Amino acid sequence: MTVKQISIFAENRPGRISNITHLLAVNGINIRAMSVADTKDFGILRFIVNDADKAVAALKEGGCTVSVSNVLAIQIPDRPGGLAAAMQVLYDNNVSVEYMYSAFVSEKSAEAYLILRADSNEAAEQAFEGRYHLLSQEELLTK
Amino acid sequence: MGKYWNEEIECMEPDKMRALQSERLVKQVRHVWDNVPYYRAKMEEKGVTPDDIKGIEDLHKLPFLSKADLRDAYPFGLLAKPLSECVRIHSTSGTTGKRVVAFYTQNDIDLWNDCTARAITAAGGTKEDVVQVAYGYGLFTGGAGLDGGSHKVGCLTLPMSSGNTERQIQFMEDLGATILCCTPSYAAYIGETVKKMGKSPDDLKLKAGIFGAEPWTEEMRQEIEKSLGIKAYDIYGLTETSGPGVAFECECQKGMHINEDNFIAEIIDPDTGEPLPDGTKGELVFTAITKEAFPLLRYRTRDICVLTRGKCACGRTLVKMAKPMGRSDDMLIIRGVNVFPSQIESVLLKLSNASPNYQIVVGRENNTDTFEIRVELTDEMWNDTIRSIEELERKIAQDMLSVLGIKAKIRLVEPNTIPRSEGKAKRVIDTRNLV
Repeated sequence: MTVKQISIFAENRPGRISNITHLLAVNGINIRAMSVADTKDFGILRFIVNDADKAVAALKEGGCTVSVSNVLAIQIPDRPGGLAAAMQVLYDNNVSVEYMYSAFVSEKSAEAYLILRADSNEAAEQAFEGRYHLLSQEELLTK
Repeated sequence: MGKYWNEEIECMEPDKMRALQSERLVKQVRHVWDNVPYYRAKMEEKGVTPDDIKGIEDLHKLPFLSKADLRDAYPFGLLAKPLSECVRIHSTSGTTGKRVVAFYTQNDIDLWNDCTARAITAAGGTKEDVVQVAYGYGLFTGGAGLDGGSHKVGCLTLPMSSGNTERQIQFMEDLGATILCCTPSYAAYIGETVKKMGKSPDDLKLKAGIFGAEPWTEEMRQEIEKSLGIKAYDIYGLTETSGPGVAFECECQKGMHINEDNFIAEIIDPDTGEPLPDGTKGELVFTAITKEAFPLLRYRTRDICVLTRGKCACGRTLVKMAKPMGRSDDMLIIRGVNVFPSQIESVLLKLSNASPNYQIVVGRENNTDTFEIRVELTDEMWNDTIRSIEELERKIAQDMLSVLGIKAKIRLVEPNTIPRSEGKAKRVIDTRNLV
């Protein structure tokens, strides 16, 4: 089970993040998780949103280079060692993480949520099976 | 040795020169007609035969040759001598498609060396001089051209080729080089390096430099002259016509004398092809009247410039060409290498179905050309990882290097960030101000 992630290529210049998030805002899109990866000349903004299709359309309309990919949303216990245990499972199963970031959580929850892209998402799914709960798109949006 | 290499030719009365050119032209047209079917077909198409060319006044009747012809006829289509008579080739940089291969008989080499010998003599060179040739050797004509002229004059020749600047300066100092030959940007760089090494022009015996193969300004000349303590002379040429030495500067430093006994120069209107009177700005066209192996008739250089006749203060009567003031096509000269935007387009076209928008940005920093290609990233060109973008940048950079022959910095940019005017993207930003 994977969720849709949208990635945006952004040059390093003032106003880009502001402009992109503004596009999402005016289209009524709620961001559920995000990360920014940066290099010297450019960055990649990655979002999990409540309506990926609408977000992609809005961003393309706004002139952005957008790519859609599938990533895993995994639920882990929000306590010391919670992440380490999940990573151990991937390592034991020879799965590499390409990138990973945390999703927004409510303070009340005892769980944390992690967005993760592996070299093989299927292998990662199998590795987590029975051990960790992977969230569906709908589920992620209601947390 | 006097101040001319060949006084009879260099100071010839204009009428006599015209007669010489006429005689050679008539002979050359016959040679080409008999040996180059490609050009013969062009003449036939225009309804011209060698009988119609009785002298230089009939030159305008001949068809033009352009870079496109050289591409069509590649590699042997314009060859006028059997390969067994040829002893050398030279070639311009660029893609296979745009590459020009020129052939030389021994006589062609001798005449070419004679042209560069005139340039070296005009720069004050005699057999007492030590000439450091820091042009690239190899397919490029720069190294071989000045090397040959230097031998002809009888100078001690240091065949350094380009690069390894500290070693260049060491040799220059240890062996007492008096004349430096290289591209103007490299000369400027050598000048800076001399300073960086804690040396001054007084440590060197240099008195003159002969610099060409790329555009340079009057300001650059003054800078080079100061940093190396020399007088800097311009030289002009192109592989298609032999190489450097088609025209050279004298001590007046006001335009370059064309070696008219070997090359007839014309200025034409680049749009209509009509010849223009002397003193008018237009496209420079050369007819090689002494070359045997690769004799191009009415070759369009695409360089825009002006011709001036009349006896020069140096005593020479050879017609003078001004520094080229631009191009009638979109060719750029970057670090001495010819670059066409269409080459860049062809590389990008292979990356994605729709050719992405791009922009060439050329500038000059520390007297060296900077060269950046900006490419608008399209959706199909990447997946969402940084690695995919960096790999794409690397791939474009490699492909560009192999096609263009020089390194470009590749910068991927967001779509629609390259400014467009009237729907058409501005392809080239050149801030060098070389004209």
